[in-house]
Amino acid sequence: MTSVEFRKDLFADERDDTLKEIGQPTIRQDILGHVTGRTAYYDDHLFDGLLHMRAVRSPHHHARIRALDTSAAERMPGVRRVVTARDVPVNLNTLLSLINFGRDDEPFCAHDKVRFKGETVAWIIADTERQARDAVREVRVDYEVLPHVLDPEEALKPDAVVVNEVYPNNTFDYHELYDHQKMRYGDVNAAFAAADHIVEAEYQMSPIEQAPIETCGAIAAPEQNGRYVCHTNTQALFFSLGTTAKLLDLPSSRLHFIGGTSGGGFGGKVDSIVEPTAVLGAMLTGRPVRFAWDREEEMQAGAPRGAERWRIKDGVMRDGTIVAREFTGFFDSGAYMRLSPYAIVKCVGHIPGPYHIPNVAANVYCVVTNRTPATAMRGFGITAVDFAIECHMDRIAEVTGVDPVELRILNAYRDGDMKAHRRVAKNTALIECCQVAAGKAGWPISAEAAAQSSLTGGGTPDRVAIPETVTDSEGRIGDRRAGRVTETAPAKTGTGRVAAGTHFAAVGGAPVQNPDMQIEAERIGHAMGSAAQAPMPQSPQPAPPQPAPPRPAMPPASAPAAAPPRPQPPQPPAPQTQPSQPPAQQPQPQSPPPAATPDRPYAPDKPFSRGTRRPGSSPFLSGTRRR
Amino acid sequence: MARTPLTFTLNDAETALFVDEGANLIDVLRRGAGDLSPKQGCAQGNCGACTVLIDGELRLACLTLAETVEGRRIDTVAGLAGGPDLHPLQAAFMDGFAAQCGFCTSGMLMAARALLDRTPDPSRDEVIEAISGNLCRCTGYEPIVDAILDAAQRMRQGGRRAAQ
Amino acid sequence: MLTVERYDTMAEAAGAIGERVHYLAGGTLLMRAVNYGYPGIDRVVRCREVPREIRTDTGGIRIGAGATMADLLASREVEFLHPVARLIGGPAIRNMATLGGNLFARSPYGDLAVTLLALDAQVIRAGGAAEPMESFLAARDRARGLVEAVIVPRVSAGEFRYAKVTRIKPKGVAMMCAAVWLRGAGRPSDPRIAWGNMGAGPLRAKAAERALNGASLDEHGIAPVLAACCDGLDPQDDELATAWYRREVAPVHLKRLLLGGRR
Repeated sequence: MTSVEFRKDLFADERDDTLKEIGQPTIRQDILGHVTGRTAYYDDHLFDGLLHMRAVRSPHHHARIRALDTSAAERMPGVRRVVTARDVPVNLNTLLSLINFGRDDEPFCAHDKVRFKGETVAWIIADTERQARDAVREVRVDYEVLPHVLDPEEALKPDAVVVNEVYPNNTFDYHELYDHQKMRYGDVNAAFAAADHIVEAEYQMSPIEQAPIETCGAIAAPEQNGRYVCHTNTQALFFSLGTTAKLLDLPSSRLHFIGGTSGGGFGGKVDSIVEPTAVLGAMLTGRPVRFAWDREEEMQAGAPRGAERWRIKDGVMRDGTIVAREFTGFFDSGAYMRLSPYAIVKCVGHIPGPYHIPNVAANVYCVVTNRTPATAMRGFGITAVDFAIECHMDRIAEVTGVDPVELRILNAYRDGDMKAHRRVAKNTALIECCQVAAGKAGWPISAEAAAQSSLTGGGTPDRVAIPETVTDSEGRIGDRRAGRVTETAPAKTGTGRVAAGTHFAAVGGAPVQNPDMQIEAERIGHAMGSAAQAPMPQSPQPAPPQPAPPRPAMPPASAPAAAPPRPQPPQPPAPQTQPSQPPAQQPQPQSPPPAATPDRPYAPDKPFSRGTRRPGSSPFLSGTRRR
Repeated sequence: MARTPLTFTLNDAETALFVDEGANLIDVLRRGAGDLSPKQGCAQGNCGACTVLIDGELRLACLTLAETVEGRRIDTVAGLAGGPDLHPLQAAFMDGFAAQCGFCTSGMLMAARALLDRTPDPSRDEVIEAISGNLCRCTGYEPIVDAILDAAQRMRQGGRRAAQ
Repeated sequence: MLTVERYDTMAEAAGAIGERVHYLAGGTLLMRAVNYGYPGIDRVVRCREVPREIRTDTGGIRIGAGATMADLLASREVEFLHPVARLIGGPAIRNMATLGGNLFARSPYGDLAVTLLALDAQVIRAGGAAEPMESFLAARDRARGLVEAVIVPRVSAGEFRYAKVTRIKPKGVAMMCAAVWLRGAGRPSDPRIAWGNMGAGPLRAKAAERALNGASLDEHGIAPVLAACCDGLDPQDDELATAWYRREVAPVHLKRLLLGGRR
């Protein structure tokens, strides 16, 4: 298997490809429950003695917590327990630590600082929701209000306030080398010089709330045998379970999560906040505890799709051919990283959109600000940049006078074309999509445009070859804050060149934070990819240039599948012309994870039998034990 | 805490219970009477997930002070089907894929029922107006509107058959 | 801690109103505050008997404070109010929300109060005292007691015009709303222009009213009205729009109202 294939190949023995459903009316398997009101959502589980938990939230964008006084709240009627940061066993996490991505940067309950309006500083558990609300107002927090920053480009300035000390440059650090995710393909500046037109514009997208009709919530209760049951509307049950286990320092075997039915999610229910909160409440009170956001919390404290700002500069020939495209992008991640830096990796793989453009450069910043943290929402990482790209295509059509649909067909990628992230495009269909859309809309296109096909004309030697690429090393971590670099756009002049045909090494994930989280092939009941398939470099030497066909790009999520030697941290990307640099030192997390590391981790006598082991099945990992 | 006795008819069943001062009807129906079919989406009158009928009139349970329903009749989706037979609205919603996550469906069905009780042959605009207080984030509303029109037609045909 | 008090008559209920004591009308605003535990609500007062009938009376049409938006829509007497009531909430809200409650609704709610201000309505308090809508609205936050009814003049459809500007259709709250009573079939005579969400509460645009008095309803004739459109108003920034945007678009909507009749 040379690259990731399509589902129909992966699951060839599970489907007969009759496709009787598409275009036919069908009855959802869960709809009888919906129309009779019998579908059981998380809140449709009744418990005797249920307690209600509510959060005390920051009214400020950015403030130091000088003191927290809960004594008045404790005396309020019906209050069973006031919960603060001291009650959280492991009060620092990042969502993607479960896949070894990023540093722990987010306290589950703020204790030294609040970094966004709506951040949790304490919780109240009371007999009724109303009593909990009344007691929330009695918690006294002495805040020292700090200056805040709400705009990503303001946050990049040298004198900007530091929002989150774990990321002191207000940016996610990519590959321990740059303060942004860099993409270079060919030589955009040479192409700009040769182009007939330069088209530049900026696009801004607002944060968007997922706004499911059912707000985020969970009910947790003690079960027999020291376990806690948790009914939740999470979109990511095992993700929530793993996060709960980490924050509460519990083996996951003590957590019994029940979910799968959610009243809408759209990405807004992956952040795994309500589940550990409810379980913590059940642990501290020994009673069933319900923690549910109201609509105001869903809007203010619930993570939205983040705001993005995009600047696009295109070099265009008179006939509409785009010869170069340059991106400068700013993701507003809010106060904590959650999923944003990962979305950018996805985004940069998508750049420059579904077009064949021989010279592409991009600098994309994941910026920390004092806004509500951003998270997943339908196609996040792609949606905003696609909005910008398609608006920009219309601008190019205006500048060149080329019909906007024909402009897209002219520049569309085709099967076999090399994309900027150095993978060959397959199953492309933009041309056909444009033709059908034009037909449906009654939009006339030329006979030549109508005759084009994604299946032909692509993958010719000039369209599949990876060009010689100009590189630069601007924007190294810390340079911006030190005032050594101010420009955010890709460099005007390169400092290095990479020979044509170079694929580069796959990027590895961040080092694991806890040896127990290291994935070991022998502990997983999957057929693992062989060493020949694993794109992780096994030695510090840069990978040699690879001829086409390219190897599969490895998202960080699956990078650990290569199982590098355990003590060795994953390698920085090490472009060939870069001088060898020691990785930047990670700041110490504020409260380190528990250091309980047995000499030898548990190892089963034989591999677990669960999981897919069919011949020819996907080597995808579906999860690992955490403890 | 003072608790107030309350009696009402819930889908043909006499119901008697005690409610907290200031309790709203959605909480009393769900946690007091155990009818989990109406949903709470916002508790501020925006989403319509808690829509019920009180004495045949469309109301939002989250904005109804529970004690004001003393002696009145409340209808929810749990009582919409006649025994094992689905109401035509329920059947039309199923056939028309008019629900995805299902969380707005209870409220949508009650709003649609209130419409069809008074207007057996509604126009498309009347259907849109009738569900204008009910938010759906999944379907984009079109299948819901279609399903309500479909149900109206089924009910008219059913009525004619019964008359023959 | 919240307590609920029940009274048989409006007069008794009115006597119970006071600091941190709120009257429950349709519940669409008060119950939301109760559900969210907003501070400042210690007691909720209910009244078993609230007048909700709509009938012809001396000086116009008398509408009981308990009349719901659905009641207004069901009444032929107040057909000129139908365009206003129809745009308030969805059907369930219209079955609950009352005229009396609307008089106390804070921005962005209270479309009907704006209309009644433009129509020079009279407020009848529990106990019988009458007061003009304008002075009532100006003092409503400090007022004790309850409203029993409103008397609104009978207006023909052509001389009353109303526009509600929303972000969401068909149910959104008003980014702004405008009610115009031209008073007369030809040139306006002592007309009224009232705005919602162009200030802290419903406000009359008195400079624009003066400019409209006797003006011909054409592009040229209304130019001075539009120029004075926002004089005396005090739009604010909020979630729905900025003050700047409101000032920019208010003349546009007023122009459409004056030239086009209903929107």
